[in-house]
Amino acid sequence: MSAVSTEAAAPLSKMATLAAHLEATFGARLTRLAALDQELAYEVVPTDLIAVCTVLRDDPRFAFESAIDVSGIDYLSYGHQEWDTHDATSTGFGRGVVGQDSVFVPPEPRARRFAVAYHLLSYANNQRLRLRCYCDTAEPPTVPSVVAVWPSANWFEREAFDLFGILFQEHPDLRRLLTDYGFIGHPFRKDFPLSGHVEVRYDAEQGRVVYEPVSIEPRVLVPRVIRDDNRYDAALTAGRSGN
Amino acid sequence: MSEIQNFTLNFGPQHPAAHGVLRLILELDGEVVQKADPHIGLLHRGTEKLAESKPFNQSIGYMDRLDYCSMMCNEHAYVMAIEKMLGVQIPERAQYIRVMFDEITRIMNHLMWLGAHGLDIGAMTVFLYCFREREDLIDAYEAVSGSRMHATYYRPGGVARDLPDSLPKYAPSKFRSKRNIDLLNEARSGSLLDFLQDFTDRFTKCVDEYETLLTDNRIWKQRTVNIGVVTPERAKALGFTGPCLRGSGVVWDLRKHQPYDIYDRLDFDIPVGVNGDCYSRYLVRIEELRQSNRIIRQCITWLRANPGPVLVADHKIVPPRRVEMKGDMESLIHHFKLMTEGYTVPVGETYAAVEAPKGEFGIWLVSDGANKPYRLKCRAPGFVHLSALDEMVRGHMLADVVAVIGTLDIVFGEVDR
Repeated sequence: MSAVSTEAAAPLSKMATLAAHLEATFGARLTRLAALDQELAYEVVPTDLIAVCTVLRDDPRFAFESAIDVSGIDYLSYGHQEWDTHDATSTGFGRGVVGQDSVFVPPEPRARRFAVAYHLLSYANNQRLRLRCYCDTAEPPTVPSVVAVWPSANWFEREAFDLFGILFQEHPDLRRLLTDYGFIGHPFRKDFPLSGHVEVRYDAEQGRVVYEPVSIEPRVLVPRVIRDDNRYDAALTAGRSGN
Repeated sequence: MSEIQNFTLNFGPQHPAAHGVLRLILELDGEVVQKADPHIGLLHRGTEKLAESKPFNQSIGYMDRLDYCSMMCNEHAYVMAIEKMLGVQIPERAQYIRVMFDEITRIMNHLMWLGAHGLDIGAMTVFLYCFREREDLIDAYEAVSGSRMHATYYRPGGVARDLPDSLPKYAPSKFRSKRNIDLLNEARSGSLLDFLQDFTDRFTKCVDEYETLLTDNRIWKQRTVNIGVVTPERAKALGFTGPCLRGSGVVWDLRKHQPYDIYDRLDFDIPVGVNGDCYSRYLVRIEELRQSNRIIRQCITWLRANPGPVLVADHKIVPPRRVEMKGDMESLIHHFKLMTEGYTVPVGETYAAVEAPKGEFGIWLVSDGANKPYRLKCRAPGFVHLSALDEMVRGHMLADVVAVIGTLDIVFGEVDR
């Protein structure tokens, strides 16, 4: 997506060098993930995370001084669609309230549901790297904390704990961050309804704000659909660039 | 003396210097801060989760509401992420327009920051000065998008429409004399580019005015010099970006180091501070005002000379024009599909970052091939900067907390998301 093609060549080779260094240093501890051009992504298992991250920070060939972003992700409903359009659709999608589930329930439990993505930045080498670490067990999902390696991860991990319920082992101060005092649940999980479970209003009789179960009925206006788009088929668009 | 203990003070969330809804639990020893624990989330709206429930284009407007002082920069990161995934190359003119509005946004944001920061630590006049100039830039927003703050102007594939040839003018009213109205309308008589040209001609002198009020002001310096010092190493470790990082002396700007759109063709400098204190960050931002002004001038010159499309012509992504729909069945179908379903984005993920006025604003976008994002994560600079507040204010006086909050330039729309 770089504007000038002559410049695109330089960072690419730099990226290839980084990839070669990474694979030589860590070997089987890192698994390369598919990524767009100009981006580099690896998967790492939780037991290796701290060791790998420490080297990534301290080795001058990598020098990832900063964790620019750490975020959780819940893969529960990955690939799920609300309206199947694969065959020519004989049924429409009802946009009304009736019969819609507020929560997605997967047909079978996902073995690797939660993951944490680390976006690293090296100011010295002007390079970025994405690491993905799938959490250990199903419930509660756990992953080692990287606060000791990068202090900037502190609030990012608190956020991921709050929103996804991912436990970061040895985090110095793992409290909720964004949700209300006394909030129950982890709202960014895919099985947490968009409208939430409780709503608040001021009760004039009691003279205070009260919590009540939500009165909103869940409703999907635009269904989630996945289309097999030939334009994105690599085999068909091999000779073409752009859109 | 042993009975004297630290005491805990609640600061905010309705304190005027809390910049919105920051609640701080301060542990004080006399007037010296021992510990600061920010409680955030009072403005948490679940933007990321909401975006997961909507087609891609419908979330552009949410981006404005994240950092509501630098609206278009947030949109820029979001549409850039989508364009990366789709593999769309946007027209050159759209790139120039985006860069120009990014810099307009930067000036708007820094003016807002300068005015509010000044008010926080005792300088009243600068606020009035800043808002005088900011008004013109908001008018520019209004001219292109119809909205003074939440523009929703950037679209995947370019910008919503080309720059207008005329601007709305002030109408006569009993509160303004004819002479004043004519004076206000004089700059608005030409196109938007003429108006911005006129603004950039005036603006350097305006920055000089702000500086006469603050830069050598004894009280200003007493409040900011050596307050909230962050070393370059610490700034990197804490994930600082933008003026906060540059104020600590680290030469790092995504516009230079990882240029997007046409930043690599423009001539501008990156100001860098020396001491890493509040005063350094102030100086960096003041110089950024001047540099942004330079960038806008270069964009104006180019945009005057090079008319052209501002949106890609691919109607699988960009809805067709109204007039095309009137007589063309295929355009009507495209429009219908885009409005009822949107477009699907290929499976994959990307991280797109722009140099927003406050620092690196990044979007991590994961798609499973659907017409809605699977996961959207907004990496907000203010969130990271605020997480370092505790470290920055320890050992300072209570009044310095306000100076540090101000210098971090936090806006709760993006901190809480």
